[in-house]
Amino acid sequence: MSNAPVDHGRRRFLTIATSVVGGVGAVGVAVPFIASWNPSERAKQAGAAVTADISKLEPGQLIRVEWRGKPVWIVKRTEETLQQLAETESKLRDPGSEVQQQPAYAQNQHRSIKPEIFVAVGICTHLGCSPTYLPNDFSAQVEGIRAGFFCPCHGSKFDMAGRVFQGVPAPTNLVVPPHMFIDDKTIVVGEDEGAV
Amino acid sequence: MFKNLMSWIEYRLPFMDKMNLHVMQYPAPKNFNFWYFFGSLAMLVLVNQIVTGIWLTMNYEPSAEGAFASVEYIMRDVDYGWLLRYMHSTGASAFFVVVYLHMLRGMMYGSYQKPRELLWIFGMLIFLVLMAEAFMGYLLPWGQMSFWGAQVIIGIFGTIPFIGEDLTLWIRGDYVISGATLNRFFALHVIALPLVLVILVFLHIMALHEVGSNNPDGIDIKRDNDGTVEQTEADKKFTFHQYFTRGGKKVIVDAIPFHPYYTVKDLVGVAGFLLVFAWVIFFLPEGGGYFLEPPNFEAANPLKTPEHIAPVWYFTPFYAILRAIPHPFMGAVAMFAAIVALALLPWLDRGKVRSVRYRSGLHKVNLINFCISFVALGVLGVLPAEGVYTLLAQIFSFTYFGFFVLLFFYSKNENTKPLPVRVT
Repeated sequence: MSNAPVDHGRRRFLTIATSVVGGVGAVGVAVPFIASWNPSERAKQAGAAVTADISKLEPGQLIRVEWRGKPVWIVKRTEETLQQLAETESKLRDPGSEVQQQPAYAQNQHRSIKPEIFVAVGICTHLGCSPTYLPNDFSAQVEGIRAGFFCPCHGSKFDMAGRVFQGVPAPTNLVVPPHMFIDDKTIVVGEDEGAV
Repeated sequence: MFKNLMSWIEYRLPFMDKMNLHVMQYPAPKNFNFWYFFGSLAMLVLVNQIVTGIWLTMNYEPSAEGAFASVEYIMRDVDYGWLLRYMHSTGASAFFVVVYLHMLRGMMYGSYQKPRELLWIFGMLIFLVLMAEAFMGYLLPWGQMSFWGAQVIIGIFGTIPFIGEDLTLWIRGDYVISGATLNRFFALHVIALPLVLVILVFLHIMALHEVGSNNPDGIDIKRDNDGTVEQTEADKKFTFHQYFTRGGKKVIVDAIPFHPYYTVKDLVGVAGFLLVFAWVIFFLPEGGGYFLEPPNFEAANPLKTPEHIAPVWYFTPFYAILRAIPHPFMGAVAMFAAIVALALLPWLDRGKVRSVRYRSGLHKVNLINFCISFVALGVLGVLPAEGVYTLLAQIFSFTYFGFFVLLFFYSKNENTKPLPVRVT
């Protein structure tokens, strides 16, 4: 046992060095614990693109496909519906789809590649409920407009291009997922490979 | 022989000394009233939740495929499974009933004021963990409301600018609420959060015993021994642990030992509570759709949203604030602020008088305003957010926050009544 006087500088250096090394170790150990909460490889696989057959879709009809566990709507809009898209514009929050809720190729009045086929993630942009499709009774929500989407959770309203109306909780238009047409009958949701 | 064994243990682990310190010789003010039941009742409910929870895990299956069916299995095929589950689900609501009343007690008698700020903070942390615990537990039955309620609550994190989207993905562990989410919520619900909760309750009680219990008069029962304090015959009857008298530096007045006086009194509270609790379990286990909501008797379906999503009743006051604000992120901020404001009460209230009994009429009115706002928001949180309900939610959110703002200003120079010398 030596009785040399305490070297405070050395003690401080050792304390700080030990703390730093220990701290780095603690951060390193935290990585696997935090990273394990990310989606697993299997979950990522399950999130791959889906294809749907649209050859039997009637005008006004909506079909749902599941992509990444979310309901994706594919609607064939009628001529009347397409005409009414212009009428709603004054009542919309973002009629020009300025907010990036869609791929660039869907930033137009009908928010789609083909005017009649509308593809959207059927989840309200407020807090994630799934709005109800009202093909004929939407005029109870917005006068004079025949068809639209109404969210039962907090009353958000969207027109037939998924554009949100003013004065409702949802802040933005519905999300249009990346999608493309392989041919006239088949659509792929979740992938666009730089399609037109 | 027994005495020798006891002293052998005592020398190595002073068990009896700690029992005396915290139970048999702990000085509690003699004027505790009805409102002082709820602390011990909260502990009783905690024990109920832990024990019934352990038993439920013995038959519950934490997976998206098996969860709903395993809960049905518990309800139908496991002996007394229905009772264990109803004790647990009713216990969750009972927990919030007693905790809300316990918090109101603290607000009425100024139990958060100096020197009990840290005690109050620990209480608020318990409240936060309890809300997380209840939220995660509600996902486990994997019913429609479990799923869509969680969707809404996790969606709140998604409103945070820039990181929201990635944060929700990380919380869910999938692009949507799935088995991955269910499993991690299960782990947090049965292990992580209960551990934290028990530790916080321990700290809450340690912090309480350090500063001593407040009382309905809000005056101190431990006085400096400067020769002016006169003890009555009753005061002299009891011996309190020397830790509290600080070796004669303090004189304790108007106090009684926690045991047997308050253990017996709390037993009466326990009996009354259990009477109501058992009645709900046996005759009203779903709480009229408020404890267990009707859509939850249907398995979770990501492609079908229930007509009307309302959280369980104990979240509704804060949920109503969330919905009252049109901007999602600001709504989330307001909801969080509603809880933070409560945690900051010790510093927002600048008054020196603790109990509402001796505070100004303005304070009494303000406290009533708080209670009305809180209950009204709770009711509005269950109702759909449309038309006049939204307006009302905005008004009551305003009066809720108004309570804290008003309190901050008038409490500095409040017109209070003189405090009694001894507890009444």
